[in-house]
Parts: sequence; structure tokens; C-alpha cells
Amino acid sequence: MKRNTWLWLTWILLTIALTTYLVMKINNKAADKSFFLPGDTTHGHHQIELACNACHSESFADEEAIQNACMNCHGDALKENKDKHPKSKFTDPRNADRVEILDARYCVTCHVEHTPEITQDMGVTMPPDYCNLCHNDIAKERPSHEGMAFDTCASAGCHNYHDNQALYEDYLVKHLHKPDILDRQEMPPDLNLAEYAPMLPDYPSKDYPVERLKLVEADYPQDIDIDMEIVHSWYDTAHANSGVNCNACHQQTVEEETVWVNKPDHTSCATCHAPEVDGFLMGKHGMRLDVEKLERSLSPMTPAMAKLPMKKDAKHKELTCNSCHGAHDYDTQTARVDTCLGCHNDEHSLAYFDSPHHELWKKELAGELPEHSGVTCATCHMPRIEKEFMDGMFYMGIVQHNQNDTLKPNEKMIRPVCMDCHSLGFSIDALADLKLINNNFSGQPSVHIESMDMAEVRMIEAEEKKKRLREQQNN
Amino acid sequence: MSRLKKVLLTSSIVAVLAIPLTASSEIAETPTFTPKQLADWLHLVMSTDRAVYTKKIVNRLVKKDKVIKASEHFEDDKALVLPAQMFRFGAEEVSKKTDQFTYSLQSLWPINKQNAPRTDVEKAGLAYVAENKGENYYGVEELGGTTYFTAVYADPAVAPVCVSCHNEHKDTPKSDFKIGDVMGGVVIRIPVKG
Repeated sequence: MKRNTWLWLTWILLTIALTTYLVMKINNKAADKSFFLPGDTTHGHHQIELACNACHSESFADEEAIQNACMNCHGDALKENKDKHPKSKFTDPRNADRVEILDARYCVTCHVEHTPEITQDMGVTMPPDYCNLCHNDIAKERPSHEGMAFDTCASAGCHNYHDNQALYEDYLVKHLHKPDILDRQEMPPDLNLAEYAPMLPDYPSKDYPVERLKLVEADYPQDIDIDMEIVHSWYDTAHANSGVNCNACHQQTVEEETVWVNKPDHTSCATCHAPEVDGFLMGKHGMRLDVEKLERSLSPMTPAMAKLPMKKDAKHKELTCNSCHGAHDYDTQTARVDTCLGCHNDEHSLAYFDSPHHELWKKELAGELPEHSGVTCATCHMPRIEKEFMDGMFYMGIVQHNQNDTLKPNEKMIRPVCMDCHSLGFSIDALADLKLINNNFSGQPSVHIESMDMAEVRMIEAEEKKKRLREQQNN
Repeated sequence: MSRLKKVLLTSSIVAVLAIPLTASSEIAETPTFTPKQLADWLHLVMSTDRAVYTKKIVNRLVKKDKVIKASEHFEDDKALVLPAQMFRFGAEEVSKKTDQFTYSLQSLWPINKQNAPRTDVEKAGLAYVAENKGENYYGVEELGGTTYFTAVYADPAVAPVCVSCHNEHKDTPKSDFKIGDVMGGVVIRIPVKG
């Protein structure tokens, strides 16, 4: 055989072998796929970037499959935030010409992954002119918008494509001229799981009725060597106060057999705290543990993997429910500030101790202010909210453990958090002031967003118009 | 009874029983109405439901009994959903469940400018139903590579709340509507080709 023939044969065999190896690697859900990453992943997805199937669902998935993957994680939040541009707006045939210009039926039209060179601070890519493509004649309807640059609609703090709940015109008008700190401050809703637990179909009420347990009733197996300090810690918690005994968390079914588990994971917590665990698995702390969505198991998140600055001595802490809450004592005070600052080491976090918010927290701890008067890390980033269940059948107070629910864009924080104490105008300005954010809100906003002023002018014009109309009718 | 007889008897019974089933299935699959009839019937249900909501709920509780407001920000204002919103929410839900037809509420005098007519058929249809009381407009148009049968129906002010709300809204381009006036139109689209 000629030398060229041998070379051809070798080349073909090598190509087949390499292709087979790569295809096998792609299709093996548990394999290390870092080789296939086409570029750095955004800060919202980098934790799960090796679980390719979470977004791509399968090799060479079509746009519908990828869209379903987006909605699988982000669909509920869009619904809860009353998405102003839902897919249904663009599947209407009358908007077919608009879809040809900007196919807003798919998230990836605007938000592209693995493109760090065009990813913005908020963690997503966004074409600068996306508003302009449909609303370029806005000045006809709103003369005040004449001459505004095409890329300022969302970037100037006035509008948000998805969530306009705190920014719509009538809401701005309703909250005009309020003091920076409101006279009547709203307290976050109470957590009322004990009230609903007996009514929930999956709650193990039969084994663990909601009633105060005695120390001697702790039902840990007698054959295990237990530190009594642990039992005393449990006794002082809401768990012992609500009938949640040792076995409720430690007893799990493994291969159809009920066994005692020394260190139960988040799935055990989810038996009673499902909304909190769902939030944890959606957020940056827990998304690596969502086996159902990722279709593979990943190790827990550690500060070492984070893109934000973290404390060196905390780099290898693994994040589970107990990392912040501490097994058995479940001290919610520690979880509000100390555990966060045990890892987070960025400018905003470090400035907290010198902030007015921290002063309030210190006073609450000292008993000088009522409960929930203090403002902690959790107050803003893991707020207590009233969540709707079963399509509005009932509402329950929960702690939102998905910190991104109120974070990016930060206007999402205005209604559920800032406006508990501050006016809308102050909140909009404060959240637009990067310097103020970095020093953890020590001082007044140096930025002013004009949306409320513009809304006020329109309100005055509308009232004058209404007055003229009534006069005409009377004449 | 021999095995052969049993088989023959069972087959005969099954065959006799299957005749009406086959007939019923054939009838269910036989086209008996036109896209125009389908659009007319869909509109009849839509307009009737909305008129019931407008008169028996919104107008009664807002204008007559004065016990609650109706507001476009119904959640923030703890108020009733506006009849137009009720209609739009229904249209959105339907669009998530089927692409066999779509419907929308539009106007030549829209409060939200996104609800102004956009396609040629919409523009012609809304103008026609506004000028020809009691008549509908039908057309065919191609949008995004699909051919649609499009029907436009007049949307009149059926109750005082329709008139007062539209006339006084800060974004309305028309402030002299009267009860019975055509305020806009319902556009129903059925894909017929593509």
C-alpha cells in the first residue's frame, strides 16, 4: 500500500475515534464537559455550567427545547412579576412583522450565554435598541420623551421590560411627594407555617402533630451516642415547639427501608419548608443541588467558586441549609447577618457595619426597637414575603431564599423591600446610585431619576383636560 | 360451541356494535361549518360573556351599588378587573392553549396605543364596523407566512361604565363616547393556510 493511503486511513480512523469519544462525552450526563464550554458563563449560570443539559436539554436541542429550559427555571418568577412582555404578546399573528425584527418569543434572542464580551453588569446580554424596535414613535404619545436616546429606556432607571410593578406611571403618581422615610412603616409578614401545617396534604401531621414537645420526648434512637447539648439546642427551637421531633428530619427512606441519617440534606428540610428550599435551589447558594433540573448531581456551592469577593478562610465551606442555619439550634438571628458576612467580602457587604441599617439592627438586638425594625442582609436579599399558593387558594408568609428574586435588576427590590420603610422616589434614586449602594446606603442619593417628575407633569395635564371636559359637558 | 363458532359470534357482535361508533366518529370529523361561521360563533360567546361581566358585575357594583371600584391596576387598587382586561386575559390564556385561533380587542381610539390597528385588514375592518353599525367585516391576510381568515366585529359601549371610563381616561384620544357608540372592535383570526 502506498504511503498516502496509510495516511488517509490513519486520519479517517482518528477522526472516527475522536468523534465517537466526543459524542459519548456529550451524551454522558455525569461526564466532565468543561472542554465544550464555548466561553465564560454569566454570574447567574456559572455555578451550573457543567450541567449542560439544564439549559441545552439535549445535544443540538432546538430553540423550543432551550426556551422550555429557560422557563423551567425562570417561568414562575416571570409570572409572579407580571411579565409585561409575555410570549403570548408575540405569538399573536398581528405582531408577526415585529417578531421578524426581534423574535421576543425566545429568551435567547436578547439573553445570550457564553459571551462575556457583551454580557452586562446585570449578568445578561441585552441589545441596546430592543425597546426602540417597537416603540420608536413613543414621542408622539409622550412629548416629554422627544429626543431621548434609544438606549435610555431601561438604562436610565425608568422602565423595565419584564417587571414594571414599581415603575408604572399611575404607581409613580400614587407615591408622589412622600417623605424619604415613611411615617408608617410596614412590617414583613409573619411566618405562619404552624397555622397551615395541619391543613397541608403532605404535612406529616399524624406522626408529628403541631404541639409543644418535652425534652424527654426527643425520639432519637437509644443505640446512638448523642451529645446532650444537641438535644438541648433542639429543645429551644421552633421545631420542638411545633412537634417536629428528631425522627422527622433524621429518618429517611433509603431503598424502601426507613433508616436514621446522621446528616440529613435539604430534601429533608423540604418536607415542611418546601417554598424556602425551592428558593434556595433557584438561588446562587443552592442551584448546584437541584438534581431534578440539572439532571445530574453536583457538589454543593462553595465561596471558592463564587465570582464575588469572598473571605479566604471561608473558601471551602459547602453551602447547604445548615451552613447558614446551623443544625439543631436554627438561630435565625445569626442567619440574618453573621453567616452572610462569614463569607461575603465585597465593598457593599463590608460597609454594612457602618450603615444606618446596621444601627437599626443593633437597636433591635438590644431590645430598643421592636422585632423586624432592624435591617439585616436578609431583610433585603432574603426578604419575608407573602407568597401565593395553588393559584391563589391561600397565601403564606415565607422567607424568599432565592436572593436574585430581589436583586438584578435591583428595581425588583423596591416594592417587596425598600418601600416597607422608604418612599418610592427615594428608593428609585437610591438604587440608581452605585456609590450609595457600595457604601451600603450611608448617606443620601446623589442621583435623581426623573420618571416621577414626568409622571407628575402628565397627571397635572390630565386633570386640566378632565376639568375642561366637564366644563364643556356642563355648558 | 366450537372455537370457530365462538370467534365468528364475537366478531359479529363487535362489528354490529362498531357501526354506530364508526358513524359517530365520521360525523365528528366531517367539516360542517365555514371559518366565517366559526368566527361568528366564537364572537357570540366572547361578546355575550363580556357584556354579562360588564353589566351584571362591573356596572352593578361600581355605578349602581357603588361598593367597589374597577381599575386597570386592580391588584394594587383592590378593585375589579376592567371588562377590557377580562377579555384580554382570556385571549392571553387561550393563546397559550391553542394556535388554531387568536382574538384581540382593538380600537381606532385606543387608550394603550399598542391596541391600535396594525395590519391592513385590521385598519379597514375597524373603520368599516365603526361606520356601518350592526355589520361585521371579513378579510383574508397573510402574516408571517401564514394565511388567516380575519373577522372584525364592532365593540359597542354597552353600559355607562364603558363611556365614563373611556371618556375620562388620561390617555384617551376621544372623550365624547355615548352609550351604544362603537368604541373599537374584536378581531378574530383563524389560520387557513401555511
